[in-house]
Amino acid sequence: MEIKAIMLDAKDNVATLTQEARRGDTVRCIGGSGESLASGEDIPVWHKITLRPLAKGDAVVKYGEPIGELTEDVPKGAWVSHRNIRSVPRDYASEYVEA
Amino acid sequence: MQFMGYKRSEGRAGIRNHVLILPSCACGSESSRIVASQVRGAVNIVFNTGCSDVAANTAMSQKILTGFACNPNVYGVVIIGLGCETVPHKELREKIQAMTKKPVVSFGIQEEGGTLKTIEKATRAARILAAEAGMQQRVPCDVSELLLGIECGGSDATSGIASNPAVGELSDRLVDLGASTIMSESIEWIGGEHVLARRAATPEIHNQIIRVCEDYEKHLLAAGQDCRAGQPTPGNKAGGLSTIDEKSLGCIFKGGTRPIVEVLEQAERPTKRGAIVMDTAGYDISSVTSMVAAGCNAVVFTTGRGTPTGNAIVPVLKVTANEHTYQWMEDNMDVDLSGIIRGELTIPQSGELLLGEMEKLLNGRLTKAEAYGFSDIAVDHVCRFI
Repeated sequence: MEIKAIMLDAKDNVATLTQEARRGDTVRCIGGSGESLASGEDIPVWHKITLRPLAKGDAVVKYGEPIGELTEDVPKGAWVSHRNIRSVPRDYASEYVEA
Repeated sequence: MQFMGYKRSEGRAGIRNHVLILPSCACGSESSRIVASQVRGAVNIVFNTGCSDVAANTAMSQKILTGFACNPNVYGVVIIGLGCETVPHKELREKIQAMTKKPVVSFGIQEEGGTLKTIEKATRAARILAAEAGMQQRVPCDVSELLLGIECGGSDATSGIASNPAVGELSDRLVDLGASTIMSESIEWIGGEHVLARRAATPEIHNQIIRVCEDYEKHLLAAGQDCRAGQPTPGNKAGGLSTIDEKSLGCIFKGGTRPIVEVLEQAERPTKRGAIVMDTAGYDISSVTSMVAAGCNAVVFTTGRGTPTGNAIVPVLKVTANEHTYQWMEDNMDVDLSGIIRGELTIPQSGELLLGEMEKLLNGRLTKAEAYGFSDIAVDHVCRFI
């Protein structure tokens, strides 16, 4: 079965499923690179699938921006969620620039 | 791009030509409702404050009331006060008259001898203004006269990946055409503030954006509240949102990608043209109230679960990418973007579609909330909404 996923930016390394995927389903990206890939596992609707293999500590990129880092290595076609992505803490003090 | 609008002697053009029945305090709200119900072309707001308040709240109330009166969609104003409110109707009228040349009259319930006598005089005044307003013709206006407020509420998983990016595309197109847009809800920038700040046109604006988020968070911490605790919520996580960063990015992408030229306080009128941001609550009705008071003549509102909200002065165009919501709540939804989710509509195509919808709205097509006469309002206070 072909499942659709939204890729918001060509730089993204994940896409968001608009239907639930079963392992082995073909996932076709809408937007971004428009690529297709096989789902490596069952993934719930609205959750993210990896578009390439990623290592622990790699940034997960959506909207062309890092949304957090991986807490484990994952292959292409994997389900990534709050279980294996953590927010990288920032403090406001470091965000100000020289005006 | 042009539209047929109502030229004003100062500021932007109106896309509507309302007579506004404006209570100066809560006690004038019911009389205002009755007057507006008597006169075609009149709209009222319900005001729930204006009395026994601290200075900062009074200042915010006055900013909202004067801002509503000065909104370009308003032809003229009838104020109804009580007599013992913090800022009496006469003083409010004089403030408004110092800001705009549009007709403004005011009445006080205690002076007139009760509501029936006040309603009689105010209805007659409103009738005269409505008759005059009816004589004003729409004339060609450049799209640079548009100040669009951008809002989201009742969000779901489709908001961050479909309707918000689509509205971001609309914002970019409008800014490129010379129009201005305001994105608000600063509480929801937190987690994505560093990305939003990169859009700043100057280092000063970059720092203002960071400062707004830091101050909001500190304000809540001072009251013992942590706005990051439990974010994203368990429901968000189940719905696929993994971090606060991801949640906030979904929110801020509705503001598009163009350089941010100004950071406004709540209900503050812009001095620049282009993409603007405003420091408001995430509470949608309060945020829309502040943007209308700042002079927005139209609002676009994304939703996933569906909301009926409307504003008396400014049309609120309701947009959803949730197919079920559009069909189930079609009587409250204006634009269906569910094609994005089905893979039939790209984000750039959605921006084009929204631009067409916006053009119709500017030229006079009523939104559903507008046709029903909805008039939601919420005025923020010292202990801020979240």
